[in-house]
Amino acid sequence: MWWLPLLLAALCCPRAVFPAVDDATFRAALESLKADSYRQEQAAIETFATVDDPRTEGILRALLDGDLHYRKSDGRMVITRDLDGRYRLADAVDGADLGTVSRFDVDKIRVNNHLRSVLRDLIARMNLTSRDAARRLQAVREMTGDTGSHAVALLRAAAQIETDGRVQRVIQVALALVDLENADATVRLRAVHALDGSVDDHARIALKRLLAKHDDGSYAEPETVVRKAVRKALRDIQDKLDLYQLFETIFFGISLGSVLLLSAIGLSITFGVMGVINMAHGEMMMLGAYTTYVVQQLMPNMIDASLWVAIPAAFLVSGLVGVGIERGVIRFLHGRPLETLLATFGISLILQQAVRTIFSPLNRQVVTPDWMSGSLEVNSALSITYNRLYILLFALIVFVILQVILKKTSLGLNVRAVSQNRAMARAIGVRTEWVDAMTFGLGSGIAGVAGVALSQLTNVGPNLGQSYIIDSFMVVVFGGVGNMLGTLVGGFTLGVANKFLEPLTGAVLANILILVFIILFIQKRPRGLFPQSGRAASD
Amino acid sequence: MTSPVRATGLSGSPFRESSVFLVVLLGCAAAASVCNLLVPADSTLHVSTYTITLLGKYLCYALLALSVDVVWGYCGILSLGHGAFFALGGYGMGMYLMRQIGARGVYGNPVLPDFMVFLNWKELPWYWLGMDHFWFAMLMALLVPGLLAFAFGWLAFRSRVTGVYLSIMTQALTYALMLAFFRNEMGFGGNNGLTDFKDIVGIDLQTDGARVSLFVITAMMLCIAYLASRYIMDSRLGRVLLSIRDGESRTRFLGYRTEYFKVWIFVYSALLAALAGIMYVPQVGIINPSEFSPLNSIEVVVWVAVGGRGTLYGAVIGALLVNYAKTKFTVLIPEAWVFVLGGLFVYVTLFLPRGIAGWIEDRASGRRQRPRRGLPQTG
Repeated sequence: MWWLPLLLAALCCPRAVFPAVDDATFRAALESLKADSYRQEQAAIETFATVDDPRTEGILRALLDGDLHYRKSDGRMVITRDLDGRYRLADAVDGADLGTVSRFDVDKIRVNNHLRSVLRDLIARMNLTSRDAARRLQAVREMTGDTGSHAVALLRAAAQIETDGRVQRVIQVALALVDLENADATVRLRAVHALDGSVDDHARIALKRLLAKHDDGSYAEPETVVRKAVRKALRDIQDKLDLYQLFETIFFGISLGSVLLLSAIGLSITFGVMGVINMAHGEMMMLGAYTTYVVQQLMPNMIDASLWVAIPAAFLVSGLVGVGIERGVIRFLHGRPLETLLATFGISLILQQAVRTIFSPLNRQVVTPDWMSGSLEVNSALSITYNRLYILLFALIVFVILQVILKKTSLGLNVRAVSQNRAMARAIGVRTEWVDAMTFGLGSGIAGVAGVALSQLTNVGPNLGQSYIIDSFMVVVFGGVGNMLGTLVGGFTLGVANKFLEPLTGAVLANILILVFIILFIQKRPRGLFPQSGRAASD
Repeated sequence: MTSPVRATGLSGSPFRESSVFLVVLLGCAAAASVCNLLVPADSTLHVSTYTITLLGKYLCYALLALSVDVVWGYCGILSLGHGAFFALGGYGMGMYLMRQIGARGVYGNPVLPDFMVFLNWKELPWYWLGMDHFWFAMLMALLVPGLLAFAFGWLAFRSRVTGVYLSIMTQALTYALMLAFFRNEMGFGGNNGLTDFKDIVGIDLQTDGARVSLFVITAMMLCIAYLASRYIMDSRLGRVLLSIRDGESRTRFLGYRTEYFKVWIFVYSALLAALAGIMYVPQVGIINPSEFSPLNSIEVVVWVAVGGRGTLYGAVIGALLVNYAKTKFTVLIPEAWVFVLGGLFVYVTLFLPRGIAGWIEDRASGRRQRPRRGLPQTG
């Protein structure tokens, strides 16, 4: 329905509407602005405003600001920028830089106050009738709160023909704000009803103003009925804001949960299968994040694609380091989980220091690709950043892939066999050593992939992984060791719980409370939310 | 180590071993003190006050290592959170020393410590009351970590949280405390902790006499702690602890309430750690939340592992050696220290499961050192 705004334009200015025009036509239309009298100029401006071209608005704004000149030497139309008394010229048509000249080399296209108001009116009208809904929205937002009769007339006209639901709502809010000042109580009452439930800041402030008391004790709004409606409207607005706040908290919680899930899922595999806490797990994530950094350094012109290269690269780097750790250290410590814990802690120190030596102890800058930056704006009270949204999706995809590997492949079968009964698996011919190495590689590789995601959320530095080991372990323990679904539920539960506690207690105390909660939780259910049942459960 | 009784000592008898240890320790402490106080400063035999303070610090670490050895080496509880008890004891001492500053602080407030004046606090929080009395402060510095250990141990051991779970839980404990103490609202000086101490029981902390006295007292504390631990480990109680380490389920089936023994030894160990913290703060002159950091606690474990766990004296040797190496390394090549520390973790667990003490014992008993499967785990 793009033609409707055009129809309005045609109604308002009963002249032909030009399609997007070439430079020559545009220049010709522009030349007509050099009129002899203000009267002729006004007619020229109104004609010019109908030129349907993206440059039109810029010219009108320049004219309004007194920046539109023509060069005395050849009469070319230019837009000037003041540089200490001299003018820097840009061609009004194609924006080409025409150098710096004295202010006496150009002549101004003059406007008087009457023309200025005509110009403002035209610019607003142009935006309100733009084909681009976002631009119309922007125009209406700019006009919201302007109670001048011109603006109101324009908005009323726009409301007649606006088809985009969002723009229409914003227009209605803007008009209702005007009606709040109407002398007629019924109009005011209708306006208050129209504003009921609007999360626009203007609306809330205007409504609150009606409830303010004057010095003599009388209300700004004299009618009791209207005041009652205002109170109800404010209550509804608050309810709505609270609801959006709730949505936002839940989303942040789920987002944190997805990070926890990503970091815990690899740990869950290694811990579940081998009964070994890999204290260097966080450092595997750090390696993944640094791999992202290196990949971006290697392909600086293709940042958008770099993440797709970084994900498999990080999986390989961390996975190989993981296999190396398993082959080099952990297999010699089999059946001694506490020693394994200490040894892997030593490895984590070495890896951290190695990164510090190679890349410097300072944080490295990982660029966020364009398609991940920005946010999805649901309304003025709620917006969701794309990077968190994508990481949530990514975590779920990784989870599903891992489930498929564990449930549908022969590697997965072997892994589950070893985790349930190592001796029996070996007896029926499973190469447990090989399965151990592969499991550890898989868990570490997943951690590396998690590191790629983390590099989009936090600083990439040598200490990146350190803070996640305790949290991930909590998630694994909470969900039940060796249970992927438990890790999923555990991650999201802890994430959401953390974000709900945060506004009440502050971030640090929320962290502490969660830790205390898990310590107490283990009292009741030592094997987590989803304990393994049957023989696998006994040590 | 299939024998339920402790491995034989340096020369076979626990008594000989203890007396050798005590004589060496006290002898060195006395010699260092004399060389500091009585030998003129230009003599080659003179020991500087800096060295005395450094040695005092090492002895505090040794006491902390001893406390970890008591639970890990003898009862199989790998605590990665003993730094928490150490730091709590230290904060107790720090609060007392803070109150002793009185009106000599930067802001000159006779009651409130500087950081509280800075944060616009109007009066002393309730938990700071009474901390200006030495005996009360010391009581609290021991009681609070002891109660925390009791509560934590009671909850953990009663529900049979063991092995890796327990280790990570203790780490989470100290991590949570670190986060908490970093907050200014806690009333313990936040990030900066407690510092700028002036004097202790009326004696200026900066004098040589105070430094040497603290050093000697620390050495004596270490001796007493060593003797007490040795006594416990040689008693029937110690044997039960060993049997819990080597086969908890079996011990439980024999009729022992293993969780009571574990809680008891955990609290005892926490008290030793708190004592180490109490002695540490006046010598170092500062206590801040970084003492709670999980890395600190796990470093203690590596001291014990290097020295050899389950021997008591091994823990002390390990603490002294590793910290001496740390001091040397951080002066010569600072970046390399973390590599060395990380390497120590891996090397000791792989190749030296019984630590230096185990190596010495093997040598002393004339056997060739063979790679061993290490100590059996609980569970």
